[in-house]
Amino acid sequence: MKTRPNYLAGIGAFIWLAIVAVPLYVMLSATFQTRAEFGDNGPLSLPTSFTLQNYVDAITSGFGRYFFNTVIVTVGVVGLVLLLVPPLSYAIVRSQSRAASVIFRVFLLGLAIPAQAVIVPVFYLINTVGLYDNLLGVILPTAAFALPICTIILSGTMRDITPELYEAMAMDGATPARSFLRLVLPLSKGGLSTIAVFSALQAWNGFLFPLILTQSESTRVVTLGLFNFQTQFGINIPGLLAAVTLSMVPVLLAYLFARRALVQGLMGAGGK
Amino acid sequence: MTTTLANRRRPTRAGGPEEGRPARRNGSSSSRPGFVWALPATIFFGLFALVPLIAVAVLSFTTWRGLGDPKFVGLKNWESLFQDPVMLQSLWLSLLFIVLGIVTQTPLSILLGVWAAGTQKNRAILSAIYFVPLLLSSAAISVLWRALLDPNFGIPGQMSWLFGDGNVLGTQTGAIAVLIFVGMWQFTPFHTLIYQGAAKQIPPVLYQAASIDGAGTVRQFFSITLPQLKNSIITSVILMVVGGLTTFETVLILTNGGPGTSTTITAFHMYQEAFRRFDFGAGSAIALVLVIISTAISFAVVRVSGYDKMRSSLEGL
Repeated sequence: MKTRPNYLAGIGAFIWLAIVAVPLYVMLSATFQTRAEFGDNGPLSLPTSFTLQNYVDAITSGFGRYFFNTVIVTVGVVGLVLLLVPPLSYAIVRSQSRAASVIFRVFLLGLAIPAQAVIVPVFYLINTVGLYDNLLGVILPTAAFALPICTIILSGTMRDITPELYEAMAMDGATPARSFLRLVLPLSKGGLSTIAVFSALQAWNGFLFPLILTQSESTRVVTLGLFNFQTQFGINIPGLLAAVTLSMVPVLLAYLFARRALVQGLMGAGGK
Repeated sequence: MTTTLANRRRPTRAGGPEEGRPARRNGSSSSRPGFVWALPATIFFGLFALVPLIAVAVLSFTTWRGLGDPKFVGLKNWESLFQDPVMLQSLWLSLLFIVLGIVTQTPLSILLGVWAAGTQKNRAILSAIYFVPLLLSSAAISVLWRALLDPNFGIPGQMSWLFGDGNVLGTQTGAIAVLIFVGMWQFTPFHTLIYQGAAKQIPPVLYQAASIDGAGTVRQFFSITLPQLKNSIITSVILMVVGGLTTFETVLILTNGGPGTSTTITAFHMYQEAFRRFDFGAGSAIALVLVIISTAISFAVVRVSGYDKMRSSLEGL
């Protein structure tokens, strides 16, 4: 692209790097200090001792259970997305029926529906079917709201499969189901992993649905646990930040190992 | 978000696979999936998103307090909605949040995105760090910043030259500034990503031609980069509008709408009416206002900018 280095933008980029990195550093360093030391030294100073007690406290104060719940929600959401989105995208890309293109437009419109807008009826619905305070009641709407973006991402991938391949399958007398299993799924692996990672991220970070649809400690997810921890023990900042750090670890690990899939998913979310 | 994607893809894609390939209409259709393949996902989505969207409109004309069945009350919720000073204030606050969000995030993310679209090696590592806030939950980010800004144990205590008495969240100005800043911290990476992707696709030949004509970096930025990013700017602004209108966790955790009601934006007011005062009818009316405003603004931006008529910024090349 540009041949000359752009110093101004470079300096700006480094300043922004500091704004992003310093809070994360303060968070990490606080979690390894005792409460007393953190209180005496303040957040910006370098740690002089090292303790893992804050993490032990966070886990024993219920985060073990919250993690387990969040894993269940995440697995459920990813499972539903992987079950529902591939056939839908396949139909959108390959079906000749008018209905399929109407359905695609419906999902495009669905992108604009904010969860806040429908939270009252969803609360009513979940209550009526008896799933209030049940993790399944969190999984269902979370998965539903992940569908539009995942459909757009996956149908984008499936469009890249050349028509010649479909024709070759058709020549061999393959049914739609056979083409789907033998051709479409294997060639959409990239898109499938993107939607899996992306919906997992949404499920892991979800807050509104668990807040409205669960109540008791046995169904509490990590994000709600953080909120709760803060309202109850807001004064124990190192403990609180240890819990925040723990909640980020799986996502950061996923980022390390599935960076491509994540960034592609997020770019898909941005439209380009 | 919808409008952007819909308009971007409609000319080429959303029209359905049959367009442009009439030759394959007969013969191979038995190997194509019917729309039945789309039904499970569509029904599921309809149940949790589309039906509730209609239901929220219906509920806004009822009174329901969580027990029993909703009762029809006509326009009562709507009448009280427009007399509710907190509601009117919340609309102004939402507007303020959206405008401040756009003003703070757009220039920064354009600069960072264009910079990150370059090719030097350290950029990859730096942009990997930039994107970290994007991966974290709003809840974790809000709890983190609330702890960092704690009046007694947080950063303000150590930097009193900047923060005064340290109780940053105790005043309206301070609370708004914090919410805007945290929004910036959280979402700038996302918008940077949009601009980075778009900047990478600007043909190098444009810059080469400009260099030959003697245009400097700054001139190139304003005459080539910015116009070429027009579509992305529109996408990004629409996302900021919709995102700003529906900001919720940050307000709940950082300020709880306060001090007083001074940061009670519309989405948070909806939550309070529905789930704290258990007035689900009033909450539904506010939710419907949110949907109408976000759709209207998205359409307006698309219209005003002529985005819907523009297929590609590369036309004529």
